[in-house]
Amino acid sequence: MIGLAGVLLAPLVGAAVLAFLTAYRLSARINVAVSAVAFASALLLLVERPAPGRFLLVDDLNVVFIVLGTFVGLTTSVFSASYIGHELATGRLTLPYLRFYHAMFQLMAFGMNLALAANNIGLMWVAVELATLTTVVMVGIYRTHQAIEAAWKYFILGSVGIALALFGTILVYLAARPVVGPGIDGMVWTVLIAHAHGFDAALMNVAFVFLLLGYGTKVGLAPMHAWLPDAHAEGPTPISAVLSGLLLNVALYALLRFKMLMAATPGAIAPGPLMIVLGLVSLIFAGFMLYRRRDIKRMFAYSSIEHMGIVVFAFGMAGPLGNFAGLLQMAMHSLTKSAIFFSVGHVAQVKGTQRIAEIGGLTETHPLLGWALVGGVVAIAGLPPFGVFTSEFLVVSSSFARQPVLAVLVVLGLLVSFGALLLRISAIAFGEPRGAVEPVRASFVPIYAHLALVLIAGVWLPGPLVRWFQHVAALLG
Amino acid sequence: MGFSFDVAHMLAGLMVLAGLMMLYQDRLYPLLHVLALQAGLLAFSVAWQAHLQAAPHLYITAVIALLFKAAFIPWALRRMVFRLGIHREIEPVVGIGPTMLAGMGLVALSLEVMLPVTAQADPVARQDIALALSIVLIGLLLMVSRRNAVSQVVGFLAIDNGISLAATGAQGMPLVVEISVAFSILVAFIVIGVFLFRIRERFDTVDVAALHRFRGEQP
Repeated sequence: MIGLAGVLLAPLVGAAVLAFLTAYRLSARINVAVSAVAFASALLLLVERPAPGRFLLVDDLNVVFIVLGTFVGLTTSVFSASYIGHELATGRLTLPYLRFYHAMFQLMAFGMNLALAANNIGLMWVAVELATLTTVVMVGIYRTHQAIEAAWKYFILGSVGIALALFGTILVYLAARPVVGPGIDGMVWTVLIAHAHGFDAALMNVAFVFLLLGYGTKVGLAPMHAWLPDAHAEGPTPISAVLSGLLLNVALYALLRFKMLMAATPGAIAPGPLMIVLGLVSLIFAGFMLYRRRDIKRMFAYSSIEHMGIVVFAFGMAGPLGNFAGLLQMAMHSLTKSAIFFSVGHVAQVKGTQRIAEIGGLTETHPLLGWALVGGVVAIAGLPPFGVFTSEFLVVSSSFARQPVLAVLVVLGLLVSFGALLLRISAIAFGEPRGAVEPVRASFVPIYAHLALVLIAGVWLPGPLVRWFQHVAALLG
Repeated sequence: MGFSFDVAHMLAGLMVLAGLMMLYQDRLYPLLHVLALQAGLLAFSVAWQAHLQAAPHLYITAVIALLFKAAFIPWALRRMVFRLGIHREIEPVVGIGPTMLAGMGLVALSLEVMLPVTAQADPVARQDIALALSIVLIGLLLMVSRRNAVSQVVGFLAIDNGISLAATGAQGMPLVVEISVAFSILVAFIVIGVFLFRIRERFDTVDVAALHRFRGEQP
């Protein structure tokens, strides 16, 4: 009980307190402290978890997401402290906006944790909406032309997405009502999954299409991805990190819950092929789009689309191995991509630009930062010995055994994006130094902590973790 | 069946009609008036559902719809349109005729999709869901066929109306009030408060095409 209360209440109380604090150092520290409390509470959930209620649920599936999410939230708050300090010093943000930023940061954490811990599909929807709203205003916080356009686009596409998801949620309730009866039980996920064998398959099919399009928009699947690169590029970099590391996962988690319902409804269409198609389209499309990027944050945003494509593909292939690969890929992507955004944030600050053409020779001028970025890109491109290699290898090998053609397409997408990433990073990290060369006061701890975890996962996955993931993969069916 | 069904059906049908009316408005003020009309119809429809289902909490949703969606939002948007000085024409991306045809096609499509799959549901819910889907689709059509930010917001509000109709039509649906409040917050918080203000401040236009000129990647 304490664990769940900590995960949910700490960010909520934190948001309320931070909304009234103007002192920068103090509020940055409180932000970190609150995120640390949330992470510690999430760890408690591993040991002891409350019985599922009508609104909240902690089970083997979502505890993985909660622990990962609160960990990335904690490291992002550490990074955010130094990042925002620089933004204040250069005058891009003013103190009143800072108050707003910190409050919104914790409110977003609350929304995401609530969405992950919800046992009620209505509550889950409300929580995803809250997380969307808070990120929309944070994307627009710089109030430049680009930031406003990005926030507007994100708002429009995101709202349409969550509106469609709500329609799908209503349809699920309608399918459940004849079996479960009217009232709150028709929205409680544990009740739904227990009675799913009696649901009307045709209605569930229509519902899933809406849910896939709706939550799929938030996952960033092509062709509904248009908001994602803009939102990543124009907002503050800590927000880019949580968007990629957290929000995409939350939407994916919602999709997985409904996929499990679909699997339990006899006669319903298999959700797998739909997810496989969307995943492959995202992967290959994003792979080619990577070549045309001139903005460093935009480039890594497309890389996020690519990776979410792989994850959705893996969950679409399903089976114990496919789900295992999907889970691992998701966790590795969260850690690696947020580490990349941490270093990119500092790079953009020291160089004063996000244009790739104006950044060069980073390993010479800023060795610690440059090598961190190189490490991150090597990891995200799927090179050994990092964990992303392990998970991508699992995705490819597990699908080779069952659908060789699909596996070839995945390999194609991976190679295309691999080429683009290596091409760009060699220009950014090596060669003639370009741009400003002032020393940087960066927070290296979060970056290297993430990279170390990804490296460890690539070299040696601990036995208990493997068993845990196998167990969750079996749950996902 | 019978009288109660007919009234529910009529109100939902009128909402679809209002949706189709939105498609051919080429000025902002009339568009906002039709939006207010649709939201007013939604309020009546929800109140009728509250009466039918003997669910007093739905009256709250009805009152929210009447005060907030049918009165406050159109009024606020109207004020904004006046203050921005954009009560001139809105240019639809494709012509009125094709848009109307597409709208009718969407209504046919949603009836064709929803009626067969909801055979188990009770008739009122069945009609409401099918018509609600057509309102949602018409709202989407409005959003993609218009370039003006205000008319895109109107399209989103139409989607919102359709979803509220579906949520209240599904008998005994829990959390309806909470969800409608959450949706109203979504609308109010973002639309009115932040964006149009900032767009005006920065661009002196609410034409989304003007926003595209500032795309980050242009050299």
